[in-house]
Amino acid sequence: MTEKTLTRMDLSEAVFREVGLSRNESAELVENILTHLSDALVAGEQVKISSFGTFSVRDKAARVGRNPKTGQEVPIKPRRVLTFRPSHLMKDRVAEGNKR
Amino acid sequence: MIRSELIQKLADENPHLYQRDVERIVNTVFEEITDTMARGDRVELRGFGAFSVKKRDARIGRNPRTGESVPVEEKHVPFFKTGKLLRDRLNGK
Repeated sequence: MTEKTLTRMDLSEAVFREVGLSRNESAELVENILTHLSDALVAGEQVKISSFGTFSVRDKAARVGRNPKTGQEVPIKPRRVLTFRPSHLMKDRVAEGNKR
Repeated sequence: MIRSELIQKLADENPHLYQRDVERIVNTVFEEITDTMARGDRVELRGFGAFSVKKRDARIGRNPRTGESVPVEEKHVPFFKTGKLLRDRLNGK
């Protein structure tokens, strides 16, 4: 079985089918959802979507990394990373749907 | 931010839409992502990130209480990788 990749277009198509807005407006709303999610995260907020999952921003301390090829030490600056924790419902549905 | 706050923001920006339609739009988007992963497919949202499914091999686990060995079956788990643009924005670039 080959894995398919969906994009924004497929999401807006689903909104178009489900809600009956125009294709243009559906696409715009999908984009606005992603913008709101991103903006909240960039502001350092946690985003909690019930029965979907939680996006949270974590601060990582500076550390000394190493170039695995040359063995040379390189400083890694402190940075912020995003983690996604899927809800139990999502985990169950993904586990169930991919069972052989 | 929680789901209802996201719906509220969108409803405020789109006064011509019924609140219940905005709810359906938001729910459809998240439903579609979960459904896609449940089929074993991935969703790539450039600039935001990608949702995919990772396979965890079967392994011998241990009951941490009793130390007893228990077989754990192969399973599939949801995975999210942050997109480059969002990663850069989080770090003020």
